[in-house]
Amino acid sequence: MHSSGISIWFFIGVLLTVYGTMIFGYGLYELTLPQMAVANYHASVWWGALLLAVGLFYGLRFRPSRNG
Amino acid sequence: MHALLPNLFAAPSLHSAAAAAFTLSAPSLAHLSPLDLAVIAIYFVMVIWIGFYLKSMANTSEEFFMAGREMTAWIAGLSFVSANLGSLELMGWAGSAYQYGILAAHWYWIGAIPAMLFLGMVMMPFYYVCKTHSVPGYLKLRYGQGSSTVAAVSFAFMTVLMSGVNMFAMAEVMKIVLGWDLNFSIIVSSLAVAAYVALGGLRSAIFNEVLQFVLIWGGALLVPILGLVETGGWSGFKARLAQNIAAGATAPGDYTHMWRSMGHFADNPMGIHWTGIVFGLGFAISFGYWTTDFLVVQRVLAANSLRSARLAPVIGSFFKMAVPFIVILPGLLGLVVLQNADGSLMHLVGENIVKANPGAGLHSYNEVLPLMMVRYLGPGLLGLGITALIAGFMSGMAGNVSAFTAIFTYDIYQPHIVKHAKDEHYVLVGRIVTIVGVIISIGAAYLVMNAAGIMDYVQALFSFFISPLLGVVLLGMFWKRATKAGGFWGLLIGTLTSIGLWAWVKADPSALRFVAISPDAKDMAENMYRALWSVSTSVGVNVIVSLFTKPRPMSELAGVVYGATPLPTEEPVPFYKNEWFWTVIAIVVFLALNIYFW
Repeated sequence: MHSSGISIWFFIGVLLTVYGTMIFGYGLYELTLPQMAVANYHASVWWGALLLAVGLFYGLRFRPSRNG
Repeated sequence: MHALLPNLFAAPSLHSAAAAAFTLSAPSLAHLSPLDLAVIAIYFVMVIWIGFYLKSMANTSEEFFMAGREMTAWIAGLSFVSANLGSLELMGWAGSAYQYGILAAHWYWIGAIPAMLFLGMVMMPFYYVCKTHSVPGYLKLRYGQGSSTVAAVSFAFMTVLMSGVNMFAMAEVMKIVLGWDLNFSIIVSSLAVAAYVALGGLRSAIFNEVLQFVLIWGGALLVPILGLVETGGWSGFKARLAQNIAAGATAPGDYTHMWRSMGHFADNPMGIHWTGIVFGLGFAISFGYWTTDFLVVQRVLAANSLRSARLAPVIGSFFKMAVPFIVILPGLLGLVVLQNADGSLMHLVGENIVKANPGAGLHSYNEVLPLMMVRYLGPGLLGLGITALIAGFMSGMAGNVSAFTAIFTYDIYQPHIVKHAKDEHYVLVGRIVTIVGVIISIGAAYLVMNAAGIMDYVQALFSFFISPLLGVVLLGMFWKRATKAGGFWGLLIGTLTSIGLWAWVKADPSALRFVAISPDAKDMAENMYRALWSVSTSVGVNVIVSLFTKPRPMSELAGVVYGATPLPTEEPVPFYKNEWFWTVIAIVVFLALNIYFW
């Protein structure tokens, strides 16, 4: 929705970027820990990275200055 | 919460079971880390930010109540399906999948997809062309003020009541899963919803619904993915399940097929028959909800063009078909991956058994989704999963409140209290009614807290109205001969039929053999057949009364009835932007899913 200022996709991009950074960062920290929880599969790393990538894409693609 | 309705109509016992299960006192399932709490707090900051940002775009009544009719097909479509995706449904139906298997997916496929496509391709032109603000508004144009007011009052009353019931149930969930205080959950979430809806109106509600939709997928999708990785994919899961059944560790049954056991009521644990699924759930219940419940229809009416309005439910149907992946599949996977502390297979049980054995460490079916989250999601991710549940609840509540506000202002206040005020006056009323709606919801939540038995009655009460309304709307839209008296009596007698059948079974449970045409039928079958009898009665009475009363002249029916409404010609678009193309694709996917899981 571009006709009403900031797009909802921008808000979503910002939120996912923040969440992705937090979760990815924790995932990296978790890798340094001696023991991993059962069935974790390092999900924080790759899921956090995915959230961050999607968030950055939407945040940049729909940033207010671009939509003018 | 109207978002629950298809599920509630079909399975009030399931939903109330979910709520009842969560009212039990038990140690909390999860412990949140500071990272999880930060994730949740950021979500609240975001929704309030959106509300304040959108305040400047909600100055006129069209902007406040209809989001300026500026929503794209994608926004309207995601909001449309998101308004229905409440957190209690997620947990209730995951529990149902654990208990009954993939049969639960009927509520997401045949119980939604045909109706959504019908709304978009057949009914939406009439809703959109007549520029109505609401479903009661359409009834006013077609049948006059009487039917409209009856529908508006019942809808408004039930909307806030359901909102309160679900607010209470959600607070109970937070208490059990996280150990949070009931009052804290109710007050914080209510204040947030009241703030962003009162500030930004429907646009704010829709924005947050889209945000919630993304969060639900972002927070819940990881659970089935990791579950499938652990079990070795779908075939690996089936092999482990078969192994468990053979070893007597899991109750025997066909957990992975949808239609094979539908030949007789006694052949499946739900006690339902394919006629009930197809005609009761697939038509009477699902069409009633998806095509006449203003909570969902309001989202589509906010679309920026007729093409967007038609495309929105079609887009929504694809996501609706995918929801079982994050709801049903985790429930099924729970059958083979959930373990007790000693490594043995965990057995979830009914809430009555949990209640009868306090302190035994038992968990109910409805806790399967939180248990799966706790199993797979570490710090941060668990916060995201919990945020998805909170967002689901808040979005559903915002949907109820925004629909209540529009119905009260347009269909009760404007025609009956202050008829000719300035536009700003109605916007102010809308903001005030939003706050009042939230306050009434909180009151209803505390009412239910002190009388939990009310929940069953409230859910049944709403089901009384929606199926007869479907009969009245359908006949009004597609039969020029339907009259004002026909609509009124059809609605009234259809509703009384529904109430009568419900009361009959309540007073004499053996009456189920007549209502659901089999002594082997269970609660879900009763709901399906009751809806079917109700809509049939509504249509029948409407036809008979209409034939004996004077029809409205054709000139008065333009814009509201098929055959009297010239539909606007839309600009030609490439096939991949055409709503019919995507409707056909949706039908193919729908059929393929049902055949694959036959």
